[in-house]
Amino acid sequence: MGIAVQNLTKRFGDFIAVDHVSFEVEQGKLVALLGPSGSGKSTILRIIAGLEEPDEGAVFLTGTDATTWPTQKRNVGFVFQHYALFKHMTVRKNIAFGLEVQKRPRDEIRARVEELLTLVKLDGYGERYPSQLSGGQRQRVALARALAPKPRVLLLDEPFGALDAKVRQNLAAWLRDLHHQVQVTSIFVTHDQEEAIEISDRIVVLNRGRVEQIGKPEEIYDRPMTKFVASFIGHANVIEATVQGGRVLAGDPGLGRVELPIAADNLESGEAVVLVRPEDIVLAATMQNHDLRGVIVGIRYRGDVYEITLEMSGISLRVSEDKDRFNSEGWKLGQQATLTFSRYKFFRAEEGHDALRERLRNLGYIE
Amino acid sequence: MSPASTKTIAFRRIPSGDALIKIAVFSYVGLIVILPLLTVSLQALGQGVFKIWEDVTQPQAWFALRLTFVSAIAMALLNAVTGTAMAWVLVRHDFPGKPFVNSLIDLPFALPTNVTGLMLVVLYGPVSWLGKYLKTQGIEIIYAQPGIILALLFVTFPFVVRSVQPVLMELDKDIEEAASTLGASRFTTFRRVVLPHLMPSILTGVALAFSRALGEFGSVVVVAGNIPMKTQVAPVFIYGEIESYNPRGALAVSLVLLLVSLLILLLLNRLQHWGRERGT
Amino acid sequence: MEHSGMLQVRPTARRTPWGKRALMAGTLGWFALLVLLPVAALSFEAFHSGPLAFLSGLKGEAAAHAFWLTIWTTILAVVVNTIMGVLLAILLVRHNFFGKTLFDGIVDLPFAVSPVVAGFMFIVLFGPQGWLGKWFEAGGVKIVFALPGIVIATLFVTLPFVTREVVPVLREMGRDAEEVAYTLGASRWLTFWKVTLPTIRWGLIYGITLTTARALGEFGAVLVVSGSIIKRTQTATLHIHQEFTDFHYQAAFSASLVLGGISFVLLLMTEYWKKRHKEA
Repeated sequence: MGIAVQNLTKRFGDFIAVDHVSFEVEQGKLVALLGPSGSGKSTILRIIAGLEEPDEGAVFLTGTDATTWPTQKRNVGFVFQHYALFKHMTVRKNIAFGLEVQKRPRDEIRARVEELLTLVKLDGYGERYPSQLSGGQRQRVALARALAPKPRVLLLDEPFGALDAKVRQNLAAWLRDLHHQVQVTSIFVTHDQEEAIEISDRIVVLNRGRVEQIGKPEEIYDRPMTKFVASFIGHANVIEATVQGGRVLAGDPGLGRVELPIAADNLESGEAVVLVRPEDIVLAATMQNHDLRGVIVGIRYRGDVYEITLEMSGISLRVSEDKDRFNSEGWKLGQQATLTFSRYKFFRAEEGHDALRERLRNLGYIE
Repeated sequence: MSPASTKTIAFRRIPSGDALIKIAVFSYVGLIVILPLLTVSLQALGQGVFKIWEDVTQPQAWFALRLTFVSAIAMALLNAVTGTAMAWVLVRHDFPGKPFVNSLIDLPFALPTNVTGLMLVVLYGPVSWLGKYLKTQGIEIIYAQPGIILALLFVTFPFVVRSVQPVLMELDKDIEEAASTLGASRFTTFRRVVLPHLMPSILTGVALAFSRALGEFGSVVVVAGNIPMKTQVAPVFIYGEIESYNPRGALAVSLVLLLVSLLILLLLNRLQHWGRERGT
Repeated sequence: MEHSGMLQVRPTARRTPWGKRALMAGTLGWFALLVLLPVAALSFEAFHSGPLAFLSGLKGEAAAHAFWLTIWTTILAVVVNTIMGVLLAILLVRHNFFGKTLFDGIVDLPFAVSPVVAGFMFIVLFGPQGWLGKWFEAGGVKIVFALPGIVIATLFVTLPFVTREVVPVLREMGRDAEEVAYTLGASRWLTFWKVTLPTIRWGLIYGITLTTARALGEFGAVLVVSGSIIKRTQTATLHIHQEFTDFHYQAAFSASLVLGGISFVLLLMTEYWKKRHKEA
């Protein structure tokens, strides 16, 4: 049950927007389609809604093959990034639209509209016009409108994209709660990984029209299965390394290479890449002999974390430390610190560093 | 659910609604616009290019065409200036009754063309006091070229104004203020900052006015009459040929006017692209 | 202006009132002279024998028939070109098809074609010897020199207005609202009525008003195609022309003011509504 897509493919001329994508969404779950722009996520959503026709593949809604159904018959709720409210109608009329199309009796419509206004916490706003509402309020109306006809599936296309950061956070959390209440199978599209991780039950990571990984937020975050996923989730440090004699070495030979404490299955000699997220590098002031050490060359305060730039044997690393820890350690520019990696990802790079750089560049790791 | 099917046949939404609309619209435009134009063009071309050239260069026809073009150009130049000035005054200045005046600009659109001609005859004709006075000064308006230009100025007045107005309204005064802080006089600012910005819209208005003037009939035939080799413009010439059952002459000159119209339309298209690129 | 000792201070960057006044006076004066004066002259002449004389100018079967003919033709032209115009606009904005840009230009053609040439094309096509006219003639149906011809010619000249006004509004609206309506179960027809139409409302109304004004005032094309047969194929404008050339000035002036007045009032009303609505 729920939603399933099989082998969806969509081309626009020569450009392949969606490339044989398949995934399932369990009944009642909230799933995020996460990816950079151009990854095909919005197109997939529109195909599910019936607003685009796939060139290949099938869409299943609550178990039935809905691929050839026109949008009107699919009973999907859709929320656009820019709300797409009917500007010439009041909030109440907007919400009632789907019910009026179904020719429901007037009392029923009235009751349901009230119910939804309460649900989205806009009681009393019924007679206002969209132009009289803030962005966040408009989005709540759009949601109410989509939910009114009790859709079997709720689709949201970058629903918070047009809102500012604070409103976004609030709304994202609120959506999570709403979903608990309403329990409708939902898919939402976003490029914001924090949002995806925070509110979804599962995440489908997309890149260039293909599925990179599907899994629970923790899985995606902790165990990225591809380089793209690893880099996309979190801001990984990319360390080029060479494996020699079972040791993983990195850094500038002229400055003295360092050995990275990597435990991996395949330590045959060759080129490799180590990905470490800023939050997974732990700095300490106390030195011990075989520790990695580096010099602090930059400190920036960003919201509630400090972004520390460290140089180690010519390698520039980004470390993020929360405010309290930073204050207790008292880091200063020019200070030396030891590093430990609490988590990392190790990839072999058979084709050599240059080619690997090229690949990393293409994948968006580096510029 | 069945295991992943490898391919679903690309499906077509039922096209009946769309197709019907397309058929209806295309037939309509085809019947009312494309077919008549094609017919007349083909019939004209069917005479052979030489015959057409002969008909066009025949003294009466040639005079009519020349008169039409010269008058239209004179009108276009005048309108470019006055129309822009009018738009400027409407957008940048305030005066009592401004909204009313703004609506009055559309008067020429509302009046039938022969009524325009009629009005001009009433005002400047040999019977009116103004006309008599002008005659004593040696100025002839009715049944003479000045009348033609006057009529053309009247019917095309709104084109440049309405074309420039919206662009001027959108123009941020900041740009002009910046120029003046840099030392530019009002005139220099206008010449080097504002005018280039307005150029596409001015040219669009002028092209529209010119195109309209080439084909203008009603007002001109009433004001200037139908005196061959003196006040007969091309559309009036064509009318004369039709009335005297001489389709050949009519066809040739019609073809010339049509071709020029087409060129102007293409030019207008380019102008709009240019304007869009510059964000105006 | 400040004086600070030895510093030379640039004059404030504001046009001196003198320059401003001159521009305003010149421009408004030109407008008054060119457009308002003739209209005033006409109104004066029409009423100068008193309101009763004015009304008597509208009497007579010829006048009555002419106005009825114009009204019916206008209604027909407005209805057909509104429907077709909207469909055209939808096709041009929401659909893609082979030759779309060309088609876009074709819609603008009636603006560029001289009314006389337009009338002429229809004679060539639908006249007794015309390509299509032949068949109609054989079936005993007269198109040219009869009502159908007048209607077709009017349809031609009024074709672009609705489309041109609706296209930009439709484009600006975007598809999102329509797509949402589909997801809520609304058919394309219902979506058009309840979502699209209310949004393009003002563009549509303005286009309809322009269409009406043009249909009421068309002269050249109808003159050529109808043969101007009194009480049979004379529209209001042709009637005015007839009376004027017959020296029945009061009749001509009265009818002119009525015809022009209707169009102008329509234009004014539309502008007024639009402004009211925008401020709301």
